[in-house]
Amino acid sequence: MNEHANLLIIGAGPAGLSAALAAAPRAKRIVLLDDNPLPGGQIWRDGPQAKVPGQARRLREQVLACANVHWHSSTRVIANPAPNTLLLENAERGWQIDYDCVILCTGARELLLPFPGWTLPGVTGAGGLQALIKAGLPVRDQGIVIAGSGPLLLASAATAKSNGARVLRIAEQASPAAIASFAAQLPRWPHKLLQSISLFDRQYRSASHVLAALGRDRLEGVRLKQNGKVVEIACDRLACGFGLIPNIQLAQALGCAVERQAVAVDSWQATSQPCVYAAGECTGFGGSERALVEGAIAGHAAVGNRQAAQRLWHRRARWQGFANALNTAFALDPALKSLADSDTLVCRCEDVPYAALTGHSDWRQAKLASRCGMGACQGRICGAATEHLFGWQPSAPRPPFSPARIDTLLCLEHTRDA
Amino acid sequence: MSSTTAADVIVIGAGIIGAACAQSLAARGLRVLVLDAGLHGATAAGMGHLLVLDDNPAELALSQYSLQRWRELAPRLPEACAYRSNGTLWLAANAEEMAVAEHKFNVLQAQGVTCELVAGRAVRQREPALREGLEGGLLINDDGILYAPATAGWMLETTGIDQRRARVSAVEGNRVRLDSGQWLSAEAVVLANGIQAVDLCPELPIEPKKGHLLITDRYPGTVTHTLVELGYVTSAHNASGPSTACNIQPRPTGQLFIGASRQFGTTDPAVEGWMLARMLKRATEYMPDLANLNGIRAWTGFRAASPDGLPLVGRHPQQDGLWLAVGHEGLGVTTAPATADLLSAQLFDETPPLAACPYLPDRFLGALAHA
Repeated sequence: MNEHANLLIIGAGPAGLSAALAAAPRAKRIVLLDDNPLPGGQIWRDGPQAKVPGQARRLREQVLACANVHWHSSTRVIANPAPNTLLLENAERGWQIDYDCVILCTGARELLLPFPGWTLPGVTGAGGLQALIKAGLPVRDQGIVIAGSGPLLLASAATAKSNGARVLRIAEQASPAAIASFAAQLPRWPHKLLQSISLFDRQYRSASHVLAALGRDRLEGVRLKQNGKVVEIACDRLACGFGLIPNIQLAQALGCAVERQAVAVDSWQATSQPCVYAAGECTGFGGSERALVEGAIAGHAAVGNRQAAQRLWHRRARWQGFANALNTAFALDPALKSLADSDTLVCRCEDVPYAALTGHSDWRQAKLASRCGMGACQGRICGAATEHLFGWQPSAPRPPFSPARIDTLLCLEHTRDA
Repeated sequence: MSSTTAADVIVIGAGIIGAACAQSLAARGLRVLVLDAGLHGATAAGMGHLLVLDDNPAELALSQYSLQRWRELAPRLPEACAYRSNGTLWLAANAEEMAVAEHKFNVLQAQGVTCELVAGRAVRQREPALREGLEGGLLINDDGILYAPATAGWMLETTGIDQRRARVSAVEGNRVRLDSGQWLSAEAVVLANGIQAVDLCPELPIEPKKGHLLITDRYPGTVTHTLVELGYVTSAHNASGPSTACNIQPRPTGQLFIGASRQFGTTDPAVEGWMLARMLKRATEYMPDLANLNGIRAWTGFRAASPDGLPLVGRHPQQDGLWLAVGHEGLGVTTAPATADLLSAQLFDETPPLAACPYLPDRFLGALAHA
């Protein structure tokens, strides 16, 4: 028999945890799941070298202490075989869950754009490096260059430094004017102002972006364009991320409308599909504060507590303002679309170079001709890159949404008449 | 309704059939314009299995001739076409199926197809991942595989071929109307757009047969031959309801394709969980350890099936200047070179390399209205 949830919450980052806490007093059985071993999402990722903030720890403890909240760790959504039913998988088994209502808190992933050398060992995403360090990667005394765009660069640098790395440069592609205008608005969110002061690093340079990762068998250095000048810096690691893109695949599979590459929601955080809510980064890049309040609104709304939800609208508006300022300031320079050489790999799974993709008219055609996006990551990385580079819309998601054991897929045998 | 002469021949459909026809005609010095709407065709969805099938003599003649043509083409195919001559191992689960294998063996040997019967335990020596207790098998040595989208792309690079992304909204003999309203004409128009052919010629007796496929992550060395259960011939192939059959194909990447399913009466391209599960279950009945492998992608496609399982290749009997190369069901990739040879021989009024009669559209559409 299928597991049942009155309220199913997918993703246990700030939005998902906050949604669970808000809904708990009124929901009968809440199931919270995440594909990571511990709750916290990307921003509050736990691990041997992680310093999870007190607020995050308290929220996590509060949620897991609710008797009606059932937590599934390391669990992925594989398919949506019938209305209000999902197929799930963890390391041991596959099973189906029925739900009355679902809140999608599927977060965001880093936008990785191809540039010469980006596939060398030693090159990671900016958030990717942070996650690796939290999970235990030693970086003591290593020279690290961080590049790309957005506040994640500073956060990644802070994690690296606190674990003993030497941050040699932080290269932010946004212009000094854009950064200054963003900084001028920061007093509207005093907490963020303080945070940015604490994160400030004298190696920070605006109007700077990566040109190439250098090295033969692994990274030895990085070539940057810094305020119009080309500089080379010897380093052990390069962490490069060009901002975050919402994870909308599951929402799309459930038929939810998408606007500007994010799940479209109304003021109750409801999507275009009945009983499907969305909160946090999957509704657009906005930071953990916005995710927390969106999660709470979705949690209240999903259990019919509209009053409580409505009381939070002004807080959401405040953090939405911050998100808007952020998104304006860190809009990507079109020059970043031309970093790749003809032989730079765009799809790492299938070794597809940039030259094999130019000249195609859409994602599907390019994929069939070059095998781009046909590997194990199923275009999670290169699909987003080609969407940015060429404007191609990735194809609609099909089950399995993630690689899944065939044994798990066998669970779907009797879903025909469901 | 003035029309522009666009080329010597207009081919509608840039799948493997349209591409092979275009290549064959261009090789004869014709200027060929290939129009394709960019829809999801069977070439992109299929397994790219090149196999000799012998449900009837005409199918055997077509597939055997075509396999020979693929072997001739093989040295010229770029690596991206992923051509391999890895053989098909037909699996017999019981004595009845082994009798079918023996019959097939006799028929194929008589036609000069290289094949061998594999008895009992020897099956697992050939393919150790198979379960114990299979009755035996039939290995068809010269069957192969390829990556059809890249192969179609390679064929279309032939000098003399122009390609255009355009949807054809009407066909009248040797003239076609594009979505834009523009009419194009040529000496001949070749309809090679699979299940979409009925949109332009509703009189064609072609029905979509939906199929599911799944591809695994990379597990090199797990399987060598393409493995197909003989139940594919004895039961599933002839059933009218939804059916599945074990069909496991190793890709050069080390991935495995797992098929196959058949459903009539639907044009919904969605991956249906229950059908996918049934199909995978059938495959695990032959290869239990598949259950522990990761599937990374599943998709569906539609085979363009004719009532007798044979394609329609030749002139449209009621429309002067219109030629058909449609209805290949699951054998389009296998029989593309043969189809192209048959079609161009007929277009040039030459004696085709094999008897054209069993594949002529007249058998469904009536006799020639013009001669």
